[in-house]
Amino acid sequence: MSALEVAVTRRVGEFELDVSFAVESGISVLFGPSGAGKTLTLSLIAGLLRPDTGTITINGHVVSDCERSLFVSTQERRIGMVFQDGLLLPHRTVLDNVALAVRQRTARRERRAMALSWLERVGASQLADRRPGSLSGGQRQRVALARGLAGDPALVLLDEPLSSLDESVRRDLGDLIREVIVASGVPALLVTHDPDEAEKLGDVVIAYREGRVVGSRPVERTDRGPDGEGSEGEPT
Amino acid sequence: MRRWRTGAQTLAAEHRSTAVAVTVVVGFGLGFGVARLLASSIAYWDVVSGPFWLTVRVAVPATMIAGALGIASGYVLAKGRFRGRNLLETIGSLPIILPPTVIGFYLLEVLSPGTRVGGFLTRVVGHALVYNVAGCIIAASVAAYPFCLRAARAAIEGVDPLLEQAARAIGLPDWRVALQVTLPLARRGIAAGLTIGCARALGEYGATLMVGGDINGKTRTLSLAILDSFTTPERNTMFLILVLMAITAMTGVGLLGRSRA
Repeated sequence: MSALEVAVTRRVGEFELDVSFAVESGISVLFGPSGAGKTLTLSLIAGLLRPDTGTITINGHVVSDCERSLFVSTQERRIGMVFQDGLLLPHRTVLDNVALAVRQRTARRERRAMALSWLERVGASQLADRRPGSLSGGQRQRVALARGLAGDPALVLLDEPLSSLDESVRRDLGDLIREVIVASGVPALLVTHDPDEAEKLGDVVIAYREGRVVGSRPVERTDRGPDGEGSEGEPT
Repeated sequence: MRRWRTGAQTLAAEHRSTAVAVTVVVGFGLGFGVARLLASSIAYWDVVSGPFWLTVRVAVPATMIAGALGIASGYVLAKGRFRGRNLLETIGSLPIILPPTVIGFYLLEVLSPGTRVGGFLTRVVGHALVYNVAGCIIAASVAAYPFCLRAARAAIEGVDPLLEQAARAIGLPDWRVALQVTLPLARRGIAAGLTIGCARALGEYGATLMVGGDINGKTRTLSLAILDSFTTPERNTMFLILVLMAITAMTGVGLLGRSRA
């Protein structure tokens, strides 16, 4: 069973998206130039927009099927999302931001403890009491990553999470994103227009151009994760 | 003490309009308190004290009612995708456009026990809704409502929809997005609307006169008492106390401005 199966079309003005692909475990990367329809695809998967035709299946559950007029709301899709600018809630502390994403129906104290453990995993526990407005771009994305994973998602979507950061921060945070997501075992779909980033972070690269999938290939790497599916060798 | 002062200054900086409003109200209260201390030497004290407390009893619940209805309807108008939203806002804003006495006339038509609607409401509530405090509160609520509505709608529309999407993406149901994201982020605009609404409720005259009836000791709010005292010997007392209240309020606002500078 695939973690994600997408076969949809969606027209926005003159632009038409018509894509079909599947995502297995690990990190899959949607790679392509700006305006190719990558972020639009994430919005359709997240349920922030409705497709015109087609189906989307997450972890075996159909969440969008235009023929059957089936549309599962964003909240019920069990996805985690990391946005380009973090999009942390500015009026809440870092810990609150992550704790809000914890979906388990547990006591507030337990949810906050769970949120703190996620902040520790991304190296941001010392920021717990701060407001997002006082954080650097890299710190904000660390917190956003913790928030994206804290809800025990079936799939995590990352929309150009490194694009607004300096080169040195991108390198460190890129390593962290891969390490944390692989360790969590949650399948991920990451969007980028940077070929180096696609090679560095992805297990599979799905190439986009003008609203179409124009290719898909695995990335050979040595750090494939706990299931040991990866083959030995340098990244291609 | 220093920590308290720093906290108060931070709060004042974050919620400027609210801080000014609170300072004005506290200033009025202090001025009233000083006048009360001097009461033994002020003739006709009761002419002011009764209407003052009645005004507080009317304006506070009126602001709460107008605020709750204004925020709720502002949210619906900001988020709803149905035709006629602007028409509804225009209807909700009528108390700003129409003369207060016209509003009072319509309220009398609706609330008087002799009318069909008023009779029904009177039976439901168990007592009349005109010529008593309830009537004054309704009149002040209607006067304050459009300010709360318009400010709430504008503030809610100003909230970044991407933040609301992000909140949905982490699993928050829509009602929690509204309560924990949208309204807190719109709080400054909403607070500004409540402030203006409260000021309008405090100073309401025309509709209160018609629905409340300006009954001495029962429905005579401060605005009504000011005009009533103009042709009586209490005029000087009223003048003295109002000046005292204005001076303390303005001094407070001045100090607030200096503490921020």
